[in-house]
Amino acid sequence: MSYLKRYVMPIKSYLAHPHKNEKQALINALSGIEKCEVIPSENKDLLIVVTDTDNNLEEDHLKEQIESISSLKLLVMVSGFDTPKSK
Amino acid sequence: MYTSLTDRRSFIKKMAVLSAMTAAAAMFPGILFAEEQEAKIPNSENLDWKKAPCRFCGVGCGVLVGIENGKAVAVKGDPKSSVNKGLCCVKGYHSVMAMYGKDRLTKPLVKKNGKYVETSMQEALDLIASKMKETIKDYGKDAVSIYGSGQWTIPDGYVASKLFKGCIGTNNVEANARLCMASAVTGFMTSFGIDEPMGCYDDIDHANVFVLWGNNMAEMHPVLFSRILDQRLKRGVKVIDFATRTTRTSMASDKSIIFKPNTDLAVANAICYEIINNGWVNKSFVEKHCTFKKGLTHMGFGLEDKYAFTDKPELIDFEAYKTFLKDYTPEKVEKISGVSAKDIKYMASFYGDPNQKVMSLWCMGMNQHTRGTWINNLVYNIHLLTGKISTPGNSPFSLTGQPSACGTVREVGTLTHKLPHGVVTNAEHRAHAAKIWDVPVENIDPKPTYHTVEMFRALDRGEIRFMWIQVTNPMVTMPKLKRYRDATKKEGRFIVVSDIYPTPTTDIADVILPSAMWVEREGMYGNSERRTQYFEQMVEPPGEAISDTWQLVEVAKRLGFEKQFYYKKETHVEEIYNEYKKHHEGKKHAMAPLEVLKSQPGAQWPYVDGKSTKWRFNSKYDPACSNGEAFHFYGNPDGKAVIWQRPYEHAPEEPDNDYPFWLNTGRVVEHWHTGSMTRRIPVLHQAMPHGYVELNPEQAKVMGINTGDKVKLTTRRGEIILPASVNERGVPEVNHVFVPFFDEGMLINELTLDAFCPISKQPDYKKCAVKVEKV
Repeated sequence: MSYLKRYVMPIKSYLAHPHKNEKQALINALSGIEKCEVIPSENKDLLIVVTDTDNNLEEDHLKEQIESISSLKLLVMVSGFDTPKSK
Repeated sequence: MYTSLTDRRSFIKKMAVLSAMTAAAAMFPGILFAEEQEAKIPNSENLDWKKAPCRFCGVGCGVLVGIENGKAVAVKGDPKSSVNKGLCCVKGYHSVMAMYGKDRLTKPLVKKNGKYVETSMQEALDLIASKMKETIKDYGKDAVSIYGSGQWTIPDGYVASKLFKGCIGTNNVEANARLCMASAVTGFMTSFGIDEPMGCYDDIDHANVFVLWGNNMAEMHPVLFSRILDQRLKRGVKVIDFATRTTRTSMASDKSIIFKPNTDLAVANAICYEIINNGWVNKSFVEKHCTFKKGLTHMGFGLEDKYAFTDKPELIDFEAYKTFLKDYTPEKVEKISGVSAKDIKYMASFYGDPNQKVMSLWCMGMNQHTRGTWINNLVYNIHLLTGKISTPGNSPFSLTGQPSACGTVREVGTLTHKLPHGVVTNAEHRAHAAKIWDVPVENIDPKPTYHTVEMFRALDRGEIRFMWIQVTNPMVTMPKLKRYRDATKKEGRFIVVSDIYPTPTTDIADVILPSAMWVEREGMYGNSERRTQYFEQMVEPPGEAISDTWQLVEVAKRLGFEKQFYYKKETHVEEIYNEYKKHHEGKKHAMAPLEVLKSQPGAQWPYVDGKSTKWRFNSKYDPACSNGEAFHFYGNPDGKAVIWQRPYEHAPEEPDNDYPFWLNTGRVVEHWHTGSMTRRIPVLHQAMPHGYVELNPEQAKVMGINTGDKVKLTTRRGEIILPASVNERGVPEVNHVFVPFFDEGMLINELTLDAFCPISKQPDYKKCAVKVEKV
């Protein structure tokens, strides 16, 4: 695999807001998804989600999968590295 | 540079996590992600956390340094710091590791018969003092010089200025901030008559629109950029990236607008044209608080030795300014800049809308510019015409790149023309300094000598014979490097270098002094928002290393200035700071008492009646305002700010048939400046092990260049071979290349041009003509 090809593998971080009283359910659901890491806040209803996928298509599918979790209220991207630019 | 993909990927992942943590912290102050933040912190009850400002950039994040058994072992963001709200960037997290590189300098080294020989600190300091005496005796006081840094602590810079300007009597004092901030200073001085931003980082929490003028904040100021992104999540603010190259900042912004190099001058004028043409001028603000001026044009570029320029400001009226702007309609400027008239109008509309609060941010893109003072003036014009200044969220904001470029170089005044309060050309300012320094006023020479480029030229010509370089690495950072490196090697030159690691600059030294770094000594830094921050000595420096402050004090005593350098070793930082504070007494620049700095994460000057000043020139916030109006630009004698008529002019060297590309240089997120510290932090070094040349992807394809291929760059100054980088981090335009300067093994400054802004004397590292060939 060329270096160029390797470097379009996206890494993205998101802030995930759970519905009220559903933080643990959201942690559980996200923890079960492959290529998705979860870092829950100790003292607030907020989770950091980091996705590490092989290409943009896979990233899009993964995002759709995350967004379909019922305990998720809002998912907001914070940073995306090595992704194509969109002007 | 791709030898460690796994590490690099895990580094990028860590950056993604840190960005999210920073954004989260801004949304929920006090939020904890204990698992991640404390993952690498040693599990010990003996860990003692002490506060400090971060060692790296000018943002000035508050950090807590974990000390165990006399060693700094961990760092975490200081939750009490309003700057970073408890978090820090990846360089900050790893900052203590920069103290423990294997090749720390621990003993003084003296060059004898071409080889470095270890000696004692006392002998090395004796030698330096005797060489200085000998040089002054043989060649005069202006043959000795000191070249310092925006990484100097406040006490370092203060004793350097006192020794050279007050005691020896030479204005041969310069610092590397000349290379990064001088245009910001002259921009402030010409527009407002007083240096440093009127606003503060709290503006980020109030602004609706952020216009980034040639400023890759995502990599250079990641914590502040995260605060902006957080505001986008919370309040839907807009971020407009206005640049010559597509960067991570462009990718994260709502709108990326690309302009041709140097034409930011034309675009800024076009925005002013639009503001006037659409009736968006805040007339009452302009009438009460502004004057209009023009200066000389076609000033040259300082390429010749002993170049001199003095501007001749002339008052003009609003109608004359309006007539001048007719050459800058958006349609005309589209042809110059490559920015569509539509995009120019889009930018102008935010500045012109009275319901939008706009923050303009910039750093090296505007400052490293042969018309750097002008472009600073022009952005102020936009804010002054609309009255969007000195109020929360309406803020033209010049960012800095070093931890104390403001605190030491600009406030202590370690530039040839400066004094701690005022300038050497002003008799009152000289008298004020001489009284505090306890020296005859005649000691302070009323004539500035050499700015940085000219100081190295003077070393080349032989006018300067002795140079002491502290906390900086000019043999990587000087433009047109070969001339200045050769100068240091000439017969009859004596160079002292104080540093913590071997660098290309210690390679040219006759004496190398090992320095104590950051929390191995006590000191203060001053950040971009006028915040002075104190740090105590937390650990012992290695070997015989001592602080730059104490090196200078010891040499001053050896030169016979015991009376002026009366400080006791145990209490010298406190004594020096208290003495320094006297220079700035009064409501315009009063500094906070040391006990306040010790008790909290810094304080912002003017510090009056126990309070920091967040917004200067606004009578609601600034106790120095005294004209009875809502605003008072008291830096100028008439109390008004200046709107400057400054035209667009070409760069000194533009692409042609022989050298058809633009060369732009800059930084990367992993490394701090010349990399002498961050390249010794394994995770950062492995993430970005060496330099590269970034090419436009379509053009690289036509040229048959792929990532990793060797590419030769040639300018009229020299040539260099670098690996190509295509479609990775940044994307240059067609016929443009970008090279970072952190790699001492690939010295891009062999190729850059030593042209500078005639007013600020700051070199332009962003534009010269280059030939690009696949090897």
